[in-house]
Amino acid sequence: MKQYLLTEDQISFIDMVKDFFAKEVLPIRAEYDEKEEVPMEVIKKAMDMGLHILDIPEEYGGAGLDFLTYVMLVEEMCKVDDAFTSILNAGSIACKVVELGGTEEQKNMFYRKVVEGAFVGMCITEADAGSDVSAIAATAVRDGGEYVIDGTKLFVSNGSLADHYIVFASTDKSKGSRGISAFIVDADLPGVSRGKRESKLGCHAGDTCAVTFDHVRVPAGNLLGKENEGFKLTMQTLDRGRVKVAAMAVGLAQGALDYAVSYAKERVQFGQPICRLQGVQFMLADMEAAVETARQMVYHAAALIDSGMPCSRAASIAKLTASDNCMKVCTDAVQILGGYGLCREYPVERFFRNAKTYQIVEGTNQIQRMVIGRDLCR
Amino acid sequence: MSGKNLLLTEEQRELAEMAAQIVNTELAPRVADLDRTGEFPMDVMEILRNSGFYGMGIPEQYGGLGFDNTTQMAIYEEIARVDAGFSFNFALASGEFGILEDAGASEELKKYYADKILSGSVCSFCLTESQAGSDASNISTTAVREGDEYVINGTKCFITNGALADLFMVFAYTDKSKGAKGISLFLAEKEDGVKIGKTEDKMGLKLSVTSEVIFDDVRVPASRLIGQEGRGFIYAMHALEKARITSMIHALGIAEHAMDIALDYAKVRVTFGKPIIKHQGLAFLLADMQKRVDAARAMLYYSAAVLDRGLAVGTLSPSTKIFVSETAMSVTTDAVQVLGGYGYMKEYPVEKLMRDAKVFSIFEGTNQINLMVSSGILEHMK
Repeated sequence: MKQYLLTEDQISFIDMVKDFFAKEVLPIRAEYDEKEEVPMEVIKKAMDMGLHILDIPEEYGGAGLDFLTYVMLVEEMCKVDDAFTSILNAGSIACKVVELGGTEEQKNMFYRKVVEGAFVGMCITEADAGSDVSAIAATAVRDGGEYVIDGTKLFVSNGSLADHYIVFASTDKSKGSRGISAFIVDADLPGVSRGKRESKLGCHAGDTCAVTFDHVRVPAGNLLGKENEGFKLTMQTLDRGRVKVAAMAVGLAQGALDYAVSYAKERVQFGQPICRLQGVQFMLADMEAAVETARQMVYHAAALIDSGMPCSRAASIAKLTASDNCMKVCTDAVQILGGYGLCREYPVERFFRNAKTYQIVEGTNQIQRMVIGRDLCR
Repeated sequence: MSGKNLLLTEEQRELAEMAAQIVNTELAPRVADLDRTGEFPMDVMEILRNSGFYGMGIPEQYGGLGFDNTTQMAIYEEIARVDAGFSFNFALASGEFGILEDAGASEELKKYYADKILSGSVCSFCLTESQAGSDASNISTTAVREGDEYVINGTKCFITNGALADLFMVFAYTDKSKGAKGISLFLAEKEDGVKIGKTEDKMGLKLSVTSEVIFDDVRVPASRLIGQEGRGFIYAMHALEKARITSMIHALGIAEHAMDIALDYAKVRVTFGKPIIKHQGLAFLLADMQKRVDAARAMLYYSAAVLDRGLAVGTLSPSTKIFVSETAMSVTTDAVQVLGGYGYMKEYPVEKLMRDAKVFSIFEGTNQINLMVSSGILEHMK
């Protein structure tokens, strides 16, 4: 860990996370990837330490960390296992939607459950609305004191674990994205059903599934913010989501680089450790440059978010750079390990599969280029 | 369709289409399942063998078809478009007759080998060991002469077809004191007592079975020494020089398959009111992927033509290996990207192609070793 410019508090938080992940997560990460299961026992231990509520405000029972410190910890976790980390933090953006849109009563109720260990799934993406959020087809129709929600959401993180969902649905089709609203929906309501857990390229321990809402009736009091303001809420939390996954990509890439360096120091070919061969050393140097560049972009964007300044372009640049660099670094880490790098016995094979996630989630990198390009050409 | 080699003769095209038809019917529908179970479909190999596609490179005087590299690659390209793990294993299974010719092996041994292969034997090339990957001369397997036999001891790893093979071309030291010049090549057989160790659980190329092969006091007759004692390393290097070109046809098949899927998807997937191929950002990505596929194909068949004319390939061998393997990796990674969230799911075939692609940057000499080979040639070039 680069310890320059860090505060005492940040260092001690990082040490705590590092210690927990080394003791509890490192020994089980390969097993749960293989089994494609959530390591619930260890997740519970992490929750006992409060690792799921790091960014929730203190007044609602969370640790109240600033966003920069939060992403540093996310990065630290992902050095060991990003799939595990995703289970812990998949609800954080949903919580932010509640913080921004919710009434005092909604916040108290919702956060109490989250602090106690409830899982939350964010339901935006649909079959025909991935990159294009405004194409959401799910509907919410007001019926007396309730809304009736219909639609199917895809790729919901923590989808099969969730106790609550934050669901985005259209309340006024004629208004397109300006007609979308957000609701808190309890998972045990009649009409809520979950699809099977998706089988994916990577992040096997992470939980992703489709969630269908079939005539689900929720009290009108579960609407977050005003009707038709849902899209605004997603936009306000978008930057955070992007910087968070960028931090995950930085952590994953650092984990892969650390492993490749230690292997290159041990592995002897042509009579010397391969790290002494300039061809290998230059690859490692490029990997380090890629990780460090991404890290600084992420910290910069996180600091902008903490300062309340506009940061959409910086968030998109961080997401684009960190995930592209992560894919490259993890690909090269497999390369450094050669044939062993392809074998499931070694962790870089998993890092490589997991890395692809970050070029896709929270807006594909094509969407990030759109954001940056449009901002430049306004 | 991501294109084909337009310079094939009519006969080559017909052969390739025939192979394509077989694998599209017999293999394509099962690929996703076999990728999960990590099995090699022997029955598909059998069908291809019965249609004459096995051991195609063996010269006519030994009972084979004597196809040149270009023709064989045109056929393997079609098979690799369906599954590169299968095509790679299938191509390697009928082995390396060229090594016997290069080594000046006896007529008797050549005929023996050709007969075995043409009656269905599977061969494996046993060079790599746990401490001798890139540094191939660092092997520790030994072969000690005892009367009319050699006694072979050692463990080989990452051996393609190891678990399926009944023939093993094995490299071993007959004289450790001479370094690389003390390595010799032998043809061992399963019935000589060759044992199979663990089979690897790999990231991709699951249809290709990769295993440890163990030689524990394996006795082979002295007549199965291939070529001369002490020249094994040279035979290996010559074989690799050629394989670095021919093996990359499987990587091209992967890239083409990924390109085809990405293109089909981009034409039907609608975002922001139009198919994504109508968005220039995506359209340019696709055009760039196709550029790499076209260049890789051109380079591969150019190199194959150079091999077929018996010319020295020089830097073309490592350059082709590196360029085509990098193309497969980048095109498959981009194809997952084009399919977005769906691309990441096992329900769609591109995530598999991305897993399959990585190994091509690693085997037949990692790309770093190929850079070493190439720069070595450059350094001594006049």
